[in-house]
Amino acid sequence: MTVQTTDPLPGGGGPAEPGDAAADGTADDGPGRPARNGARRASASQARLVWWSFRRHKLAMAGAVVTVFFLLVVIFAEFLAPFSTSKLDSDYTYAPPQVPKFSFSEGLYVEGYAWEQDEDLRIHYTPDPEQKISLEFFVRGEEYELFGLIPMDRHLLGPSDPDAMVYLLGSDRVGRDQLSRLIHATRISLSVGLVGVVLAFALGVVLGGISGYFGGRTDTVIQRFIEFVMAVPTLPLWLGMTAAIPVEIGPVRRYFLISLILSLLAWTTLAREVRGRFLMLRQEDFVTSAWLDGASRKGVMFRHMLPSFTSHLIAALTLSIPGVILAETALSWLGLGMRPPVVSLGVLMNDATSVRVIDQAPWLLLPGLVVVVVVLALNFVGDGLRDAADPYRT
Amino acid sequence: MLGYLARRLLYVIPTLLAISVVVFLIINLPPGDFATSLVAYRRQQGIAVGPEEVEQIRAAYGLDEPIYVQYWYWISDLLFRFDLGVSFEFNRPVADMISERLPATLLLAAAALLFTWFFAFPIGIYAAVRQYSIGDYLATTIGFLGLATPNFLLALILMYLAYRWFEYVPAGICSPDWCDASWNLGKLLDALGHLWLPVVVLGTAGMAGLIRILRANLLDELRKPYVVAARARGVPERRLLVKYPLRVAMNPFISTVGWVLPGLFAGDIIVGQLLGLPTIGPLLLGALRQQDMYLAGSLIMVISVLTVIGTLISDLLLAWTDPRVRLGHGGSS
Repeated sequence: MTVQTTDPLPGGGGPAEPGDAAADGTADDGPGRPARNGARRASASQARLVWWSFRRHKLAMAGAVVTVFFLLVVIFAEFLAPFSTSKLDSDYTYAPPQVPKFSFSEGLYVEGYAWEQDEDLRIHYTPDPEQKISLEFFVRGEEYELFGLIPMDRHLLGPSDPDAMVYLLGSDRVGRDQLSRLIHATRISLSVGLVGVVLAFALGVVLGGISGYFGGRTDTVIQRFIEFVMAVPTLPLWLGMTAAIPVEIGPVRRYFLISLILSLLAWTTLAREVRGRFLMLRQEDFVTSAWLDGASRKGVMFRHMLPSFTSHLIAALTLSIPGVILAETALSWLGLGMRPPVVSLGVLMNDATSVRVIDQAPWLLLPGLVVVVVVLALNFVGDGLRDAADPYRT
Repeated sequence: MLGYLARRLLYVIPTLLAISVVVFLIINLPPGDFATSLVAYRRQQGIAVGPEEVEQIRAAYGLDEPIYVQYWYWISDLLFRFDLGVSFEFNRPVADMISERLPATLLLAAAALLFTWFFAFPIGIYAAVRQYSIGDYLATTIGFLGLATPNFLLALILMYLAYRWFEYVPAGICSPDWCDASWNLGKLLDALGHLWLPVVVLGTAGMAGLIRILRANLLDELRKPYVVAARARGVPERRLLVKYPLRVAMNPFISTVGWVLPGLFAGDIIVGQLLGLPTIGPLLLGALRQQDMYLAGSLIMVISVLTVIGTLISDLLLAWTDPRVRLGHGGSS
């Protein structure tokens, strides 16, 4: 993605004095307009400037919308999913998606299935207009605890009869609802990406910071170490590590261990980014003056230098989430990452490993589509943030 | 140049040693050892195994020694006798198992690399020279999609399409009719009919990144004053492009060979598993699952050695083509 260069700044850039433009009154000075009021721009905070610059990037905005949508799915997974991941009706295996219909007499409903078996024992489903399963918004269904705290039993959309099953995106091998599983899997996969990147961030900032601030021999040692880590074929090593996690360890600890292992992938690039920024900033006047002011080494690094490139770091972080998500998907798909009953997108994809299955139930490929969409969206957001990260650049 | 070569070679040895230690530690991380999984397997088969028998198995495989002794056995055999140990599970020398599968793996990797270059090169140049054209947007989109699509998803989709359109599943490297036949034109065509899929899948994964890098580098170069100067002197556009900026922008093609290889091996684990290819990837996956430590460790070692050698070769090529690298004036290496 390319940088849409912003219009020339008043003065020499740098955070301008606030105040003089407060009474300016030019409302809604949108970013699309080429001639922005200089005073308003000069008084804007850095976050606002980043936001203006980011808003011009259409793909990044689209990516941000998609990302927010998926974040909502992550947060409200139980509410959005009609069922839990384990509820099943073994009469309907590989049942095709049901299309919701509306009539004034029946309200919102889906048609039930009529089925017949061919000579290969394969079941063919057709919609049966005779059976009508009515749907309701905010319907009572299985009980759950929102955020693990608030007991609830309402679901956004579900069958009026709590015992009925509805397959809006089809069903899987044993008759579980693909939509519900997809929603819960999205939560696991995306949050693993976030947790993994946060861990990687801690490692990357500390090591990259030390490397970039001290320079010299310390820098050489850390750089050699990073090069070593990058030279190692990573997937075999993660496979080795995840294969080492005992099966009986329990889903929560497994989840964090997997995140930790995945973070080992992302930290090297982050550390390099941090180091590069520190090296650049070491020459700056404000660092020298903080130094002469008697600020401690730690203070100079984390109070003065780090905040000046947080936006770059956020961009780098966003760009490293997709890699972690893809890695988790691949590991789980190979059966070495998350394991059932925990569902992640990779675990779901594990159901669709042969052409026969895909031919019978193409909707089992949907988790892969979710991965692609999420990864694309995060990449666009990250690119947009990277371009917008330095609003004072002309 | 000789000094550079010596320096690079000196780096390789400690790197490989460090990798071997890490590999060995990881292989030994899982609780239990091969004896435990062997016993579990036998019990599953209904064969009773007593505790003293477990100890016998441990002693026979040297599993009762401290871990550094086990490491020493492994690494000394490897270094001094080129003996990669014996696979517990298959009870065969690891070297034989690897040599069976290495040619196919390397062939696949080479084909995938050529595929990547063959497409990434012209697409990247076109996208840079015609920036913001439809072709550029198309290339960028394809590049992003390639980046975002997991290998196995692409493989599954291609398999499905092949099944729907051509009514065959391109699994393995040969159809049942041809597998036992000796090599002839029919078998070659049959093999090509199977190999295109893993090559496309593995190649596409690396292609996206390469297109992006080439496009960005070439755009940077095209904006430099020397290009303007050459154009002002009336150098024809095509000659101008090929003679200078392209040569500089080509660097990533050479320098990424080393980085592409680990990616290809990683992809091979997934694609090989899905398609049942006789390559190293699926063997490694099975060995890790079974905690067949000598097999798994040696496989990772072989992959690492190939990767490090690949990086070395690409660095040397880079030094050869780009004097800035050779003389240590920065530049990408």
